[in-house]
Amino acid sequence: MDIHALQQVVHQTRDARRKQTIPKFSPTDRDQLIHKYHPDYRASAYRPIRFGPNANDKTVVELAALLEGDSSIADNLDLTPQYTTDVLVVGGGGAGCAAALHAHASGAKVILATKLRLGDSNSVMAQGGMQISVAPEDSPVTHFLDTLKGGHMQNDHELLRVMVEEGPSIAKWLIELGVLFDRQADGNLHVKKGGGSSKPRLLTCSDYTGLEIMRVLKDEVLNQKVQLLEFCAAVELLSDDHGQCSGAIFKDLDNQRHVVVAAKTVILATGGIGRLHIQGFPTSNHYGATGDGLCLSYRMGAKLDHIDTFQYHPSGAVFPEQLIGALVTEGIRSEGGHLVNAKGERFVNELDTRDVVSSSIIRECEEGRGIRTMSGRVGVWLDTPLLDAEHGPGTVEKHFPAMMMQFERFGIDISKDPVLIYPTLHYQNGGVKIDANSETNVKNLFVAGEASGGLHGRNRLMGNSLLDLMVFGKRSGLTAAARAVSMPQAKLTLNHLQRFRAEAKKHGSSSGVISPMILPAYTRKEPERVVTN
Amino acid sequence: MAQEDTNVIDQPEVLRHKMVTIEISGKKYEVPEGITVIKALWYTGQEVVRGAGCLGGFCGACATYYRTKDDPKVRTCLACQMAVEDGMSFTIMPPFPARKALYDIQSLKDPKQDLFNLYPEAPLCRNCNACTEACPQKIDVREGVWKAVFGDFKSVSEMFMDCVMCGMCTPVCIADIAPNLVALYVSRAQGAHFTDKPQGLDIRIKEIQEGRYHDEWKKVLGMNEQELADHCTTVK
Repeated sequence: MDIHALQQVVHQTRDARRKQTIPKFSPTDRDQLIHKYHPDYRASAYRPIRFGPNANDKTVVELAALLEGDSSIADNLDLTPQYTTDVLVVGGGGAGCAAALHAHASGAKVILATKLRLGDSNSVMAQGGMQISVAPEDSPVTHFLDTLKGGHMQNDHELLRVMVEEGPSIAKWLIELGVLFDRQADGNLHVKKGGGSSKPRLLTCSDYTGLEIMRVLKDEVLNQKVQLLEFCAAVELLSDDHGQCSGAIFKDLDNQRHVVVAAKTVILATGGIGRLHIQGFPTSNHYGATGDGLCLSYRMGAKLDHIDTFQYHPSGAVFPEQLIGALVTEGIRSEGGHLVNAKGERFVNELDTRDVVSSSIIRECEEGRGIRTMSGRVGVWLDTPLLDAEHGPGTVEKHFPAMMMQFERFGIDISKDPVLIYPTLHYQNGGVKIDANSETNVKNLFVAGEASGGLHGRNRLMGNSLLDLMVFGKRSGLTAAARAVSMPQAKLTLNHLQRFRAEAKKHGSSSGVISPMILPAYTRKEPERVVTN
Repeated sequence: MAQEDTNVIDQPEVLRHKMVTIEISGKKYEVPEGITVIKALWYTGQEVVRGAGCLGGFCGACATYYRTKDDPKVRTCLACQMAVEDGMSFTIMPPFPARKALYDIQSLKDPKQDLFNLYPEAPLCRNCNACTEACPQKIDVREGVWKAVFGDFKSVSEMFMDCVMCGMCTPVCIADIAPNLVALYVSRAQGAHFTDKPQGLDIRIKEIQEGRYHDEWKKVLGMNEQELADHCTTVK
């Protein structure tokens, strides 16, 4: 059927739905729903990791293969460093920039290496906002409790307390750098309510929060003349005789040469795993989200936490084809947008946590109440025009300019017509286990941002990622810098890699996979048909 | 079942698998109609390192020049956000060596005057409007440059909130202005120097420093798992 004909049911039921209140699920119902429909509970997608720090722990098969994968580096590579630094930051997203800026400000020599350009990251795409308890009726403790509830009570309490308490000072730092958060008429920060949160707590820069923060941080990294190694992908870490981290080896993607960097401390801010397309899901993640930091730290002996749980953002676009996987911001639901099935019914409280909302969408689709596309996808409607009906014409355009433009390019006006959505692979809830200073169990190896684990428990609350990046980027940068200026450069060896290879051999040779992946293999291999005209 | 079958969106293009001929950096290829420009690169066997970033239209890495069939007009797009059509010709924009001024945003004394020291070329705009035409985000770039020069930093910061820093406004400028970099400076100055300090934020920071939440933390962190879970359900 014509898409407009199928959308009619959304228009026809809008007024009736506006009068409806959908209660949140009881804890029991919510657990049942998640266990039945959330992709984290699809047993066939998981297997135990055979060896290493998390031996016998289960994770998705795509990640297990990479963690057990071999390094591209030969045991006898010449380790004479081309660069020497106090602090080496790997990754150019939000956490990497924050780490580099704070380490630099404490007087350390910093190198920031990234496999794409400075700033190419998931951070730049964050639309929903940044949770910080600034409103008078809110508090860091409430932020803590909301996050804990969202994370199924599995969050590391110490990390979480640090994050919520440092939030307000992070907002101040960003404002002083020139970040333009939305304001109330009285000059105070405007806060929006996010899914799973009891109080309005989202600081926003319209629907460009991540972009605005990243524009400013990137500019600041350049202004502070932090040394950059762009298009340099980390392929192995370096360790000293005591197994402590002492640098990294990169592959320069422009000339394929190896670059050895000696560093007193290393901060991995390498982000998530969306481009592994776990369970075949499309993803909202950037091109380089291939879990490199997990593989590098795992070979070095760092323990991972919660790596069996991933976040599937409820609203990834399913139509048009070109936008598959792209995110339709949660902000739409924060402002009252309904989720509607093919029968024109709501089926979940739209502001429940992401795992609950995603599970309920999957349920609707599996039980035949979804809308299908000819390319074999299925989804439910997100009633975007409702926002204009509710808050006045022009609301969608004013509050979601990025979203409007993205769909407009394909001839779709989201202020007039609902969008078709289905969960998209969005975030790695777990990662490398860290302490409150962002350090791993491998000394002098820090991990910050999405690559780290523990903070978010089994489900990250919307808006907590941007804050995570800033807080733990800062703490890793400050700790690494303070440590580095008072210690000598350690030896550079590949002892950890030899140990890892020996262990891999003991468990039968590895899968033949080389990790980290660096970039997804999207390039088509078959030969092109000859064009004659 | 019959009822379910009606519940499918028409996408003849998906079933047809129509191939179209396009030109990438001057070379002809056949690709499925409607895929994005970046996917067309992958489809034709090209490894993409430079020229792809967030793949979501936010990072500006995939700034691209393109032309449609028989149209002399060269346009710009983000390769991850543009569908290919028959006869289209495109090439990814190489990194352009624009000059970025270096500054310490917080210690600026007179940001509106400093603009002319940092970017002395900014007032030399010759009004050709090429920057505005080149912007894939539909920002009125030329107007923004003029507003920056006239000190209307607030308007500039609002106009350029959509800017993904792709830099396509820069190579076309006959006065060698990098409008996106000028606007970034102006926006940061607006935020750091000309925007009210949020009073509530300072109050909250002070409360945390002074231990206002100390007792509440003690209570919450002293709870066992069950007590904490019960307590969480009371937060509404």
